[in-house]
Amino acid sequence: MIWVGSGLLLLVAVSGFGVVNTRDVTSQVIALSFYGVLMGLTFFFFQAPDVALSQITVGAVALPLMVMLAISRMKFRAANRQEKGERDA
Amino acid sequence: MRERIRVRTFLVFGGLFLFLFCYAVANLPPWGSYRGPYGDVISRVSVYERHATDAVNAVNYDYRAFDTLGEEFILFTAVLGVMMLLRREEGTVTRDAGKVKDNIRLSTTVRVTAMPVILLTVIFGFYIGLHGQLTPGGGFQAGVILASIPFLLYVCENTETFRRITSHTAVEVIEALGASSYVLIGMTSLVMGAPFLSNFLPLGTTGDVFSSGTIALISVCIGFEVTAAFLLVGYTYLEEIITGELPEE
Amino acid sequence: MPDILHLAPYYVAAWLFFCGLYGLVSSRHLVHSVICLAILQSSTYILLLGIGYRIGGAAPIFADIDPGKLTVDPIVQALMLTDVVVEAVVVALLLAMVVKAHEKSGTVSPDELRTLRG
Repeated sequence: MIWVGSGLLLLVAVSGFGVVNTRDVTSQVIALSFYGVLMGLTFFFFQAPDVALSQITVGAVALPLMVMLAISRMKFRAANRQEKGERDA
Repeated sequence: MRERIRVRTFLVFGGLFLFLFCYAVANLPPWGSYRGPYGDVISRVSVYERHATDAVNAVNYDYRAFDTLGEEFILFTAVLGVMMLLRREEGTVTRDAGKVKDNIRLSTTVRVTAMPVILLTVIFGFYIGLHGQLTPGGGFQAGVILASIPFLLYVCENTETFRRITSHTAVEVIEALGASSYVLIGMTSLVMGAPFLSNFLPLGTTGDVFSSGTIALISVCIGFEVTAAFLLVGYTYLEEIITGELPEE
Repeated sequence: MPDILHLAPYYVAAWLFFCGLYGLVSSRHLVHSVICLAILQSSTYILLLGIGYRIGGAAPIFADIDPGKLTVDPIVQALMLTDVVVEAVVVALLLAMVVKAHEKSGTVSPDELRTLRG
């Protein structure tokens, strides 16, 4: 059982490095969601069901949602600015 | 050039930090041998003292309820900050966004299957919120689960439905009520002569839904507050896309 | 327990902390740096849970087990439960600042935003 836990911890370490190394922001959101689900599994192994429930709902759904909302708002502004520039030019 | 120097300096000193950290934890007791007395005392005592079978939530909403009050107000203040940063001031002239607007509707299959999912999510969210003192769950998790429902509606219906549900003053009032009722519960126990935030309601029988006094009540209040907080943040970010108007620059 | 696994969660927590810091230092997009901050914060969860774990311990929910049984530590779990939810909203606040910076200056790279103008 302890080997399963250590394997999960190793996966978490590798996946964390993967999230950091993804430079494109939209793909990083998906990597963050995967990292959240993996952390939820690790908390489940650590006999912490409350925290695992929190982590799965927040780290895999709500946190990527917040990031995607911010990215979409910035893209909306940028597309509008570009279109306004084309119309005025 | 600047970035490479910055990264290399960081790698040197970060490596030093890693090495010092590993040296510092080298003499800790091995993983899995928790010895501390506080956790064992809580495990043994919380079922008899508070009639709550979930020790984690008993700690969160009763033994250390003051820390949870602080965390809830961090949430409240962060939402306040988001709304203040991204607000539109009174009297700004807005213009229509033109071609870049959000009016794509998904296929009928997605919309038809999303409706039963929404029903299940509502039931599940209320179940988790009400059973915080018995099984894993509680206010925080229920708030996040219930807050995802309008976003599901936004994905499968048009944006008018989302705007009708979330942009109301009702959501803001619910958030304020949820945050303030936690403090009011604490004050009520002050008025009755006990310390702030002590459990003053009748404790009931273990295993019932309406047991363990103020733990269930506080959990419900926090559920309202977290739901409203996430909805307000989501609406503030999506405001321009939904209404399709941008302020004149 | 085999010798190499004695301090596994502490090393993983330190590695995640180092990764998050590296991402912050070498980032070229402000949203990327905010996500690396979230990774930094999650390293503390692994550290806390590693301290509270007990081999052979059960989850601290007594709905179906006897209250005298050996469980893992419920206190650190109570600390982390609220933290996980609050982290999402604090990230939303940081992203609101990023969105405002993008509105005012049109760029989202921290190197170009370095010079503050009036």
